[in-house]
Amino acid sequence: MIEARDLTKRYGEALAVDHLSFEVRPGRVTGFLGPNGAGKSTTMRLILGLDRPDSGRVTVNGRTYHDLPWPLREVGALLEARSVHPGRSAYMHLLSLAQTNDIPRSRVDEVLELVGLTSVARRRAGTFSLGMGQRLGIAAAMLGDPAVLLFDEPVNGLDPEGIRWVRMLLKSLAAEGRTVLVSSHLMSEMAVTADHVVVIGKGRLIAEQPVGELLARSSGGLVRVRTPGAEQLQAVLAREGARIEAGGDGTLEVTGLSASEIGELALSAGVALHELSPQAGTLEEAFMELTKDSVEFRVDRDGRAPVAGAPR
Amino acid sequence: MSTVSAGLPSKDFSVDRPVPPGRYGPAGLLRAEWTKLRSVRSTVWTLVVTVLAVVGIGAVATAVTAAHWNGGGPAERFGFDPTQRSLAGLFLGQIAIGVLGVLAMSAEFSSGTIRATFAAAPHRTLVLVCKTVVFGLVALVTSEVLTFAAFELGQQLLKGTTPYATLGQPGVLRAVAGAGLVLTVMGLFALGLAAIIRHTAGALATYVGLLLVLPLIIQAFPTSFQQAVLRYMPLVIAEHMATTRLGGGAFGGGSLLSPWVGFAVLCGYTLAALVVGAVLLNRRDA
Ligand SMILES: Nc1ncnc2c1ncn2[C@@H]1O[C@H](COP(=O)(O)OP(=O)(O)OP(=O)(O)O)[C@@H](O)[C@H]1O
Ligand SMILES: [Mg+2]
Repeated sequence: MIEARDLTKRYGEALAVDHLSFEVRPGRVTGFLGPNGAGKSTTMRLILGLDRPDSGRVTVNGRTYHDLPWPLREVGALLEARSVHPGRSAYMHLLSLAQTNDIPRSRVDEVLELVGLTSVARRRAGTFSLGMGQRLGIAAAMLGDPAVLLFDEPVNGLDPEGIRWVRMLLKSLAAEGRTVLVSSHLMSEMAVTADHVVVIGKGRLIAEQPVGELLARSSGGLVRVRTPGAEQLQAVLAREGARIEAGGDGTLEVTGLSASEIGELALSAGVALHELSPQAGTLEEAFMELTKDSVEFRVDRDGRAPVAGAPR
Repeated sequence: MSTVSAGLPSKDFSVDRPVPPGRYGPAGLLRAEWTKLRSVRSTVWTLVVTVLAVVGIGAVATAVTAAHWNGGGPAERFGFDPTQRSLAGLFLGQIAIGVLGVLAMSAEFSSGTIRATFAAAPHRTLVLVCKTVVFGLVALVTSEVLTFAAFELGQQLLKGTTPYATLGQPGVLRAVAGAGLVLTVMGLFALGLAAIIRHTAGALATYVGLLLVLPLIIQAFPTSFQQAVLRYMPLVIAEHMATTRLGGGAFGGGSLLSPWVGFAVLCGYTLAALVVGAVLLNRRDA
């Protein structure tokens, strides 16, 4: 369990994380989404106590990172930037980390085996490819067999086989009841890996909800409605927080509500529907739409009312 | 690569799992720092350079002295200190061990290892202390072995041609052992500088600047000022430690600090650098 409360981090003038609050619960993969520079990596460094927040607080299993008695046995992290000395072998890198937290030497061999680096364990890490470096980072994260795992863009540099392997690893870790936070700027990646998503833009929270709901609610969830009672339906839908625009040839384009919600609202209002069709945009379009202006799309923590301009 | 499980007997993480009693501490950190220090080639190479500097230069200096002794005049023989001559490599040795000290710390920053290190052990002061202890012990053993080796080898080369020293003579043991201590402390000083400056090149430049350039700048000032300030320069203190003829030395003047007072001043510089380094490590983002 990770809980961030009102986290703010500035680098000089730049506001990297802006009053960010969210929760990452155990037992599921939580995707951490946002465009470049959204503040994902910064947030992860804040969780690990590597950077100091200007305000707010983040806890892991109820404690600030600094107070964890055995940090590596409780939290494992793959960070964005490489954190291995290029002249040190993979084995020695992992061994030195293991020793800090009294983790037995045998565990080093186990995690090397797990990520498939056993045969190159004695080679200097500087000779590793990007993908091998990522695997070494994942091995380091798994070293203490922790209940909480952070992965900052783990599939970066991996081949398709490796990507599939990471996906399955993340899911199996979550299935064991661990807390798994994984960042990405690819919505499509999260759609297949994550159960839940935290979306940020410009350091602020945009959405925190199940991944399916997010997909439906973003512009990929635009629904075209044709009805003889357009005026009446418009009023009903607007009251529920939908944004409605006039489409071509007398249709309404509704965003902010799913097709089934619209159908049920129409039924209870006694309005006939001649067409009710969800318009599938691509996931990436949805994501770009959602994050293109983080202020306009700012939401409450429960993820309701994601559409700006809607009456509340 | 098809393994998916965490490679462990399956566990249920949804319940609170017991963590071992106690917490991470110095024992593990010392072992980790030792592993880090011995597992990079730069350590080995810098040690080789230190050996060449201290023992090699001492051997060359004494051999040349022995070869030219009989042709040399009284000016050369006057004030000859066989101990000091065999420790002639102390000067370059300080540069070499400074590189070792800088790299032991700055490599963590340049490679990003510092983030892994601090994620594993968030108590940054404790990490710095353990790193300092491990490096300090390695530097101490190395330095003492080297200065005694340089002394013994140098005296063997001088013997038969020129006056030579033995450890039993007054001031000799102090000079040889003290030279090793100076090397050690200068290595730690460099490590402290690197904790402050965080960049290899910047820390090295600062170290060499304080060691070599600062005394040169001071020599451009009036003599009275030089007299007052030069005795606090690390290089001057080191030279004075390595001689048995107190009050003389390369920079001359009767205003030098006694060897142990000078050494205490070096320890003060080093402590200051390490304390400032610790404060900044805690204050800055990793
Ligand atoms: N150490 C730093 N010093 C100065 N500015 C920083 C630092 N780290 C991050 N920033 C700034 O903070 C903002 C957030 O950066 P961050 O790396 O957290 O974004 P991100 O979501 O991880 O992006 P990406 O998807 O590209 O990895 C950016 O504007 C970045 O320039
Ligand atoms: Mg990032």
